[in-house]
Amino acid sequence: MGIFLFAEQVLNGLQLGTMLFLMASGLTLVFGIMNLVNLAHGSFYMMGAYFAATLFKLTGSLVLAAAGAFVGVLVLGMALEIAILHSFYRRDHLDQVLATFGMILFFNELVRMVWGPQAYFLALPEALNGSVELIPGAPYPVYRLIVIVVGLIVALGLYLLISRSRIGMLIRAGASNRTMIEALGVNIRVLFTVVFGLGAALAGLAGTMAGPLLAVQVGMGDSILITTLVVIVIGGIGSVRGAFLASLLVGLSDTFGRMLLPASLAEMTIYILMAVILYRRPQGLFPAHG
Amino acid sequence: MAKSISPRAVLGLLLALALLALPPVALSLGEPFYIGLASRMLVFALAAMSLDLILGYGGLVCFGHAAFLGVGAYVVGILGHHAAEQTLLFGILPGTTSGWVTWPLAMLCAGFMAFLIGLVSVRTQGLYFIMITLAFAQMAYFFFVTLKGYGGDDGLSLSQRSTFSDLVSLRDKTTFYYVALAMAVLVGGGLVKVTRSRFGMVLRGIKENERRMLHIGIPTFRYKVAAFTLAGAVAGLAGALLANQTNFVSPAMMHWTRSGELIVMVILGGMGSLLGPAAGAVVFLTLEEVLSAYTEHWQIILGPLLILVVYFARQGLYGMLPRGGRADR
Repeated sequence: MGIFLFAEQVLNGLQLGTMLFLMASGLTLVFGIMNLVNLAHGSFYMMGAYFAATLFKLTGSLVLAAAGAFVGVLVLGMALEIAILHSFYRRDHLDQVLATFGMILFFNELVRMVWGPQAYFLALPEALNGSVELIPGAPYPVYRLIVIVVGLIVALGLYLLISRSRIGMLIRAGASNRTMIEALGVNIRVLFTVVFGLGAALAGLAGTMAGPLLAVQVGMGDSILITTLVVIVIGGIGSVRGAFLASLLVGLSDTFGRMLLPASLAEMTIYILMAVILYRRPQGLFPAHG
Repeated sequence: MAKSISPRAVLGLLLALALLALPPVALSLGEPFYIGLASRMLVFALAAMSLDLILGYGGLVCFGHAAFLGVGAYVVGILGHHAAEQTLLFGILPGTTSGWVTWPLAMLCAGFMAFLIGLVSVRTQGLYFIMITLAFAQMAYFFFVTLKGYGGDDGLSLSQRSTFSDLVSLRDKTTFYYVALAMAVLVGGGLVKVTRSRFGMVLRGIKENERRMLHIGIPTFRYKVAAFTLAGAVAGLAGALLANQTNFVSPAMMHWTRSGELIVMVILGGMGSLLGPAAGAVVFLTLEEVLSAYTEHWQIILGPLLILVVYFARQGLYGMLPRGGRADR
């Protein structure tokens, strides 16, 4: 394997990894703090992509489309949390899996009714459509680089938010002892709604960014949901740091698996990785609670 | 002595009569379609019961149960394919359509796969268990997707249904229905026996408090693996039946949403009751049939309905039945 090809694949792996992190951070936070398994997280990804595709068609601006989709999914997520999901926080995981499975069916069908069954393809504006030579002689698409940068910025932002801000402090406190932080007078309901909405919006952002790379279609959230679940399980459910490292690990292994392994094994790489890791460490790499 | 009869017993008797009378009634009404639908329900009832053994009794939420169904179906499909093409499997084994061979083999393969998956999975707990079983099912799914020799993504058509010497011909809808009914009743009855045995008691004990079971000297790991294996084998049988019912096998049978639907059937019916999940399968397929006749976007109704059921009927349909004079369990 040439050094150029290797570098390109590393970047592809990082791009997939940062995208997965956008999904995984929200999912793992919601699980870590609210103890909620949310299978509908993939639906937020899909809704983000559709919102962005529609807004892009209306305004022609990718930035406006991305911002609009972010806000749209934020509102959608918070509305769902207030209307339905908050009453499932204290139920067991099986109930949560089923209820959110019901939401997947609902959203997939809703999208099919509103936008139709055909796939959309988001065209990139000229400025983003080119390539740059990071290493002389090895052009790499600008857009994929932007995805990596956005992902890393979000990761840094989340790190600062969680470990440096007051909200982050409350989030961490809520994760380790919900009753205690309630007793201290923090309005935990509002905090939960905000965290849930933020996680949903990040999934929506991932969907928006996936738009120009993949087809925007019904059920697009289902397959990435499964991959995201693999990520948070490997990282240790509830741990954002674990989710970050596991995202990159999964992104890179999937990319290199597809390049190096025969087709039948390539699709399975990440699942084998997960099975091996869980066999060695049944709580994932970074168990959030001791 | 005025002994009150359990409403569940009455219901069971009525159910048995209805099941036996279904094909002649459907035929006399000129609606043979319902025989096929009912066969499908019986097959899924069997699959749901096998899942209930581990989910409802053992507390093992397996999110990859459809994979065992798929493997069982593929055993029938692949051997039938080789029989039709007159080629050899792995270069040594001739194909066959004989159900005497393929059905037990389907159970064996699915059971063995469940055994291997169980060895790894039951070490984990809670959400990790849900996810690792899902991961294994995804592996099986992608394995069959990439199996181009047997149709890959498109699946494989069966040229004929399984044969049982000259005893019964599954080509006849009514016969197939009764075979499916016999399987569901026999194997389902077997599962009921299992849950009432010492083995079943241990399994329930593990669900209630695994640590306690461990400390009174029960090797819980082995029990869980054994239950998982048994459930996988029964699901494999259901898969073999399903392949015969649809004359078709494809990786879509193992898609994770199929596993999700099996869990829905179990919960809808009421887990930990075997009969409940069987009824859950019937209700689920009926809903699918009724709603999809009403609108092609039936899932937009099914989704919220599911949320409502989870929210309000925590015990499932079985739990909503009034209990009889004696304690059932």
